[in-house]
Amino acid sequence: MVNVKVEFLGGLDAIFEKQRTYKLNVEGPDGSTVTVGDLIDYIVQNMIKNDKDKEVFIENDTIRPGILTLINDTDWELEGEKEYVLEDGDIVSFTSTLHGG
Amino acid sequence: MSFTPPSDPRKPKVVKVTQLCELCHARKALIKRPKNLQKICKLCFFHVFETEIHNTIVSNKLFERGEKVAVGASGGKDSTVLAYILKLLNERHDYGINIVLLSIDEGIVGYRDDSLATVKRNQIQYDLPLEIVSYRDLYNWTMDEIVACAGIRNSCTYCGVFRRQALDRGAAKLGIKHVITGHNADDMAETVLMNILRGDVARLEKSTAIITQSSGSPIKRSKPFKYAYQKEIVLYAHYKKLDYFSTECTYAPEAFRGTARELMKNLEAVRPSCILDIIHSGENLRLKPKRLKRAPPPSHVEVRSDGSVSIQRLNGFVDGNRCDRCGYLSSNKICKACMLLEGLEKNRAKVSLEKDTSVEGAARLTRTLEKLAF
Repeated sequence: MVNVKVEFLGGLDAIFEKQRTYKLNVEGPDGSTVTVGDLIDYIVQNMIKNDKDKEVFIENDTIRPGILTLINDTDWELEGEKEYVLEDGDIVSFTSTLHGG
Repeated sequence: MSFTPPSDPRKPKVVKVTQLCELCHARKALIKRPKNLQKICKLCFFHVFETEIHNTIVSNKLFERGEKVAVGASGGKDSTVLAYILKLLNERHDYGINIVLLSIDEGIVGYRDDSLATVKRNQIQYDLPLEIVSYRDLYNWTMDEIVACAGIRNSCTYCGVFRRQALDRGAAKLGIKHVITGHNADDMAETVLMNILRGDVARLEKSTAIITQSSGSPIKRSKPFKYAYQKEIVLYAHYKKLDYFSTECTYAPEAFRGTARELMKNLEAVRPSCILDIIHSGENLRLKPKRLKRAPPPSHVEVRSDGSVSIQRLNGFVDGNRCDRCGYLSSNKICKACMLLEGLEKNRAKVSLEKDTSVEGAARLTRTLEKLAF
């Protein structure tokens, strides 16, 4: 079980009931550690109400290209992407870069 | 609509040597630059990003001292970062330019009204003057009315043609000869790809120019973000907590551009440098010069299928012609915007007769139509 804050920015809040930040309690599959991959599964299963919106968020089982994922303001590519083990107080933000300028 | 800035993570953690910034070797690297895969920290990122924009501006001689420039401000990420950075660089490097924000109000309820609210906040945050030009004032039509009349499919065609003119007219009204837009590297690579995929050879060569100006037009346009990645612009806005608006336009986005964008995002995921590579290819593309058409006999007048007539040209194509109706730059007798407007007005007259809705807009249009003489 881990307490994290999740943010949906750059227009992504549109598929999360227009709310930009959420505080979540996420349970890992084996009960011990929770990875960002688990968090993404949790978001897709519990937070995206409309099935059609799922493809806005994920593609080929990962975050869709064009969405910027930051773990504590660090590009998740530098943190091991889905393998990163979450700790209490972590902030994970998803920002869409695809909207107009 | 108010602005909620992204939260600040609070955790100082033990940083491994391999996680350090490749430039300063002192702070933890936060981002991996798409153009060269360099891992750098927040402060070094601000520094290199701003410096690269400065270098683009200087090496392309975009500005002249004392020049008044208009930033095409939509309230979106690109133009917000552009306004912020131009103001910053102007102060830091003393370009000696006067910056004005210029916004276009297309009249799209639930989209442009919200984004204009953002621009109005930016005006205060950056202390820059703001001018808003609306489609309603210029054309007596809002985009909402146009879509109701012409359908959602053509919305981008109308909006694009009208916006180009509107920016020029807004700039002219302010006595400004230089409009700066926030087009970034992704936009430009997308356009190059689109032109290639469509075989639009005429546009292909010009599509990567950093400064564009039609001959005869007093207004030039430039794109200082030509080499800036969308990802870095969004990161910059995120770290600086800039207040920008991010919702897709209510009307269907241009379908083909969407496909090209998707293709590019997927390419970028595999090979991030491809965006700059596409621009580089576009810049170095030289087309074979066109064969000259045999000139028609001097008395020959071509009548097109829509009944319009091409104007007499002395030596082939003459740039800098003006539209007969509105005086805007046009290669034809009537400019594209006036053509579209004419089509719309025929339609609206019919609609208002059928429904007899004497709303203010329709009534005003009928009066204008009555005065029109062809």
